[in-house]
Amino acid sequence: MSLRTALGRVRGHGSAKTGTQQGAMQRLTALALVPLCLWLVIALVSHVGASYETMHAWLASPCTTSLLLVLLAAGTVHAQLGLQMVMDDYVHGCAKTWTMIAIKFATTLVCVYAAVSVLRAAFAGV
Amino acid sequence: MTSRTRPLSPHLQVYRLPMLALMSISHRATGVVLAIGSVLLAYWLASAAYGPTAYATAAAVIGSPIGYLVLFGFTVALYYHLCNGIRHLVWDAGWGFEIPQAYKSGYIVLVATAALTVVTWAIGLSI
Repeated sequence: MSLRTALGRVRGHGSAKTGTQQGAMQRLTALALVPLCLWLVIALVSHVGASYETMHAWLASPCTTSLLLVLLAAGTVHAQLGLQMVMDDYVHGCAKTWTMIAIKFATTLVCVYAAVSVLRAAFAGV
Repeated sequence: MTSRTRPLSPHLQVYRLPMLALMSISHRATGVVLAIGSVLLAYWLASAAYGPTAYATAAAVIGSPIGYLVLFGFTVALYYHLCNGIRHLVWDAGWGFEIPQAYKSGYIVLVATAALTVVTWAIGLSI
């Protein structure tokens, strides 16, 4: 017999018992992405028509590199959780499993590819 | 046995979705669009890492009329998802659940999306 109270047992476990962590991560990454996306748009717009050297110097600044890496990480987690939510509703059974595997692989690959590009631009020089 | 024609529940193909439902499904749609759009961001970042030639090619692709059209679409999707996402966060905090409030916040999201898109492109094209 458990001595835990009913409230203690269910706290942090919604009606589905698991998944609270996913919901929390979805909100947490959303919160991070609000300023990050605004920053990226402003930065990109202010660099319209900039030369390769200017763009490269911007990418190589520690501030830009850090913010881009955080944006890529938060964006990828957010996208994976969001796409999974869509799959949960519209795709079922075996098809869902394979679709989710494909989505996880693709989003991770795009994220790593972009992150490595950012790091290479930052460390390899012009 | 004859069956009477009974009223059916609203079906998606004939049922005109209310604005709030349209905004809800648009949030998902723009989210999926942005996930696909991240490939373009990755391509552009990679071009900067590969060197001046690759960067010039990417800049030409993105700077083409079709590139601009795609970019405009992504701008709208991003601002809509961003504004409506803030609306969702406000709901998560427990505010604005009454139907008139939901409509009001919905209109704020639509106006903000349009305004931010116009301002971004006006500045971007004037530089």
